[in-house]
Amino acid sequence: MKRVGIDVGGTNTDAVLLDGERVVAAVKTPTTADVTSGITRALADLLAAAPTAARVDAVMIGTTHFTNAVVQRRGLTRIAAVRIGLPASASLPPFVDWPDDLAELVRGEVVMLEGGHEYDGRPIVPFDAAGMRAAARRFREAGVTSVAVASVFSPLDPSCEEQAAAILAEECPDTAVTLSHRLGRIGLLERENVTLLNACLLDLARKTARAFIDALRASGIVAPLYLTQNDGTVMLAEVAEQYPVYSFASGPTNSMRGAAFLSRLADALVVDVGGTTTDVGALRHGFPREANNVVEVGGVRTLFRMPDLLSLGLGGGSLVTLDPLSIGPLSVGYRLTTESRVFGGTTLTATDVGVAAGLLDLGDRHRVADLPGPLVRRAVQRIGAIVEEAVDRVKTEAGDVPLVVVGGGAFLVPERLAGVSSVVGVEHQAVANAVGAAIAQVSGEVDQIFQALPREEAIARASRIAADRAVTAGAARDTLRTVEVEDLPLAYLPGNSLRVRVRVVGEIAAGGP
Amino acid sequence: MRPVSLAEIESLAIGAWILGTGGGGSPYLALLNMRRLYRAGTVVQLMDPMDLADDALVAIVSNMGAPLVGQERLTDPRTIERAVRMMEEYLGRRFTAVMSLEIGGGNSIQPFMAAALLGLPVVDGDCMGRAFPEAQMTSFAIHDLPMYPLTLADVRDNAVIVARAESWKWMERLSRTACVAVGSIAATCKAPRTGKEVKECGILSTTTKAMRLGQAVQAARRAHRDPVQAVIDIERGLRLFTGKVQDVARRATEGFLRGTATLEGLDADRGHAFRLAFQNEFAVGWLDGQVRVTTPDLICVLDTVSGDAVGTETLRYGQRVTVVALPAAPILLTPKGLEHVGPRAFGYDLDFTSVFR
Repeated sequence: MKRVGIDVGGTNTDAVLLDGERVVAAVKTPTTADVTSGITRALADLLAAAPTAARVDAVMIGTTHFTNAVVQRRGLTRIAAVRIGLPASASLPPFVDWPDDLAELVRGEVVMLEGGHEYDGRPIVPFDAAGMRAAARRFREAGVTSVAVASVFSPLDPSCEEQAAAILAEECPDTAVTLSHRLGRIGLLERENVTLLNACLLDLARKTARAFIDALRASGIVAPLYLTQNDGTVMLAEVAEQYPVYSFASGPTNSMRGAAFLSRLADALVVDVGGTTTDVGALRHGFPREANNVVEVGGVRTLFRMPDLLSLGLGGGSLVTLDPLSIGPLSVGYRLTTESRVFGGTTLTATDVGVAAGLLDLGDRHRVADLPGPLVRRAVQRIGAIVEEAVDRVKTEAGDVPLVVVGGGAFLVPERLAGVSSVVGVEHQAVANAVGAAIAQVSGEVDQIFQALPREEAIARASRIAADRAVTAGAARDTLRTVEVEDLPLAYLPGNSLRVRVRVVGEIAAGGP
Repeated sequence: MRPVSLAEIESLAIGAWILGTGGGGSPYLALLNMRRLYRAGTVVQLMDPMDLADDALVAIVSNMGAPLVGQERLTDPRTIERAVRMMEEYLGRRFTAVMSLEIGGGNSIQPFMAAALLGLPVVDGDCMGRAFPEAQMTSFAIHDLPMYPLTLADVRDNAVIVARAESWKWMERLSRTACVAVGSIAATCKAPRTGKEVKECGILSTTTKAMRLGQAVQAARRAHRDPVQAVIDIERGLRLFTGKVQDVARRATEGFLRGTATLEGLDADRGHAFRLAFQNEFAVGWLDGQVRVTTPDLICVLDTVSGDAVGTETLRYGQRVTVVALPAAPILLTPKGLEHVGPRAFGYDLDFTSVFR
């Protein structure tokens, strides 16, 4: 089975062709401001290197585009927010606890309406459908393009959100609607936050996904296009464009999974040195160690499961001054190949320092020959110390562990580090993210109410359904593992009702679904 | 009396969540309310209980209900204010100060929310020194102080006054029934206390204790030291188990969140299993099937990396956590205290043996 994996990073766009377990070809091109032409170029380069890439079973794209949009506050849409639940939860309105700059950028009209449910399924008060209709008409007048709707206890009873969506569809049919019960579970503020983020990313997601599809078509490759999600699984691009929040942190997940795949190590630390940032994380049993509890994206609380990473403002494109010595966090990013010294520019970057120190051969090394040797060595030492400290902070066990180094800036990591048994370099390390995207997994999920069954039996039955769905979607049965089990008794329904949610993931089976 | 800074309330939220032993509800939402109130110019005063006149009247406030419900129906200062006002109307007297029923969890901040709107000071103390699920599980109950009247306010225009109750159990039953009826979450003002009663029967200085606990965790994080160890050091606690959440069974019944959680050992505890039973708060812990710890010793489940408390409603499959025991207030360990808050009070036929003996 052949797959193309593409990683669109802030600095580089990488593409690989994988045939089974073998990396057939790998290319690296600069990310472009429009993202798409970078992908077009990467695919053209890949086809030139390996013409067989035209006939593959699947193309997987991993992108940090949506996370970056939130973090860098660009490309976001101003949205309207509808909270249904008054008189409950009135003192903490939507966008509470958001960073001011982000809230000011995306917060349009905020509407709080009566309605919502109790934990036992009773309505708090009747849903204010008239208020919803009046708000929908205001949205239409104001030209609102995207609305986020969150109702109290909607994961137990989504009817208020569904009624709101129906009214919005009647009154402003061109407006996109994100409903909270589709994205999250119990925990109103965090679920609502994810809904708001999704709503303000929808425009960008639709444009980006369409551009990806166009770029693929233009390249001549005919294969289904998937986008990778934050848990290392994939979703068809047409579906993924409705849920951009699910791709948050897929970049680090891909690079860590790629590192595990390339190094054949299941338990190790991983350092991914990109152009702008360095991420340090830990692999356990071949998967990224996940962060506990609340994860913030661009300063917004969510309940997403994300790799537990330490991010540093250090990369191949980091701005460097030698005297006095300073490194990063600003970076030339994707302009590395025009602005850095070795490429004829005037900006001194970590890459220039690496070339001057003889750590790599890139561009024109004569352009950095004038840098004073002692100052270059001091800069290299400082970079090594920064990485060493970060690795130490991520370690949770005593004893030395192996460290897998990936990413385009891997040359910045010293060959020996305290607390590390060996620094492991791997073939294709510069494109580990794209490899991780190519080996992304398939999931199966069930979210269903079971009646008159003991809890264990209900969970077992749900697990079997989820496993079957994963296999139908293309997973190999012997690689399946359960990543999520959640059950919630529904006291208001008769007959010992239990809502069970199970999520199972597995490797893509050879030969496809 | 001294002003409390918002930074101290931030620390209080961290410390109180740890003392909540899994229950009491995350203080985060109450903290968000306080940030909004402070941003609007509010400053709450903290009062040393020893400065209370014997005949002063203190409002004992708490948000009552299932923590899971509090994640959706978010706490609102106006509801707790209404419960206190209702009590003043019923008594025909004004309060001198407000005090927390329980320092564990969100109820540590409820008096600050009430105080902000009422213009009253907060007394440094509570009557549990932690969190407990039921009305009779307080130092005031252990001292046989009267348990009535009680006022209960809902977000809708519903209000209940329990004028009399024959016993603490009856007060618990009556108020719990009203609480369940309004959706298993309500703001309550418990039986008012005189300054003398607070000084003699309260668990004092727990507000500032929780603030110091939170500050210790914050300091450890800033210095990249182990925050779990910082908790153990400052409270003279005991590390019981380090592992990963393997299974959580939860059910919301009779206004409580009950259930069990199973942890699979990691690091030094690899190959061992720890089981926790909870009724809002963690009540009993078993190591490999043997009872290891029971209430009223504080059973705290902390995020192994951040040191943040993990609540019974936020426990999730796969979380890496450390179980820590902290010592309980001495009044809870007396024979009378154990009748109210020992394992048998939670339906476990076990004798209490403190892990600290």
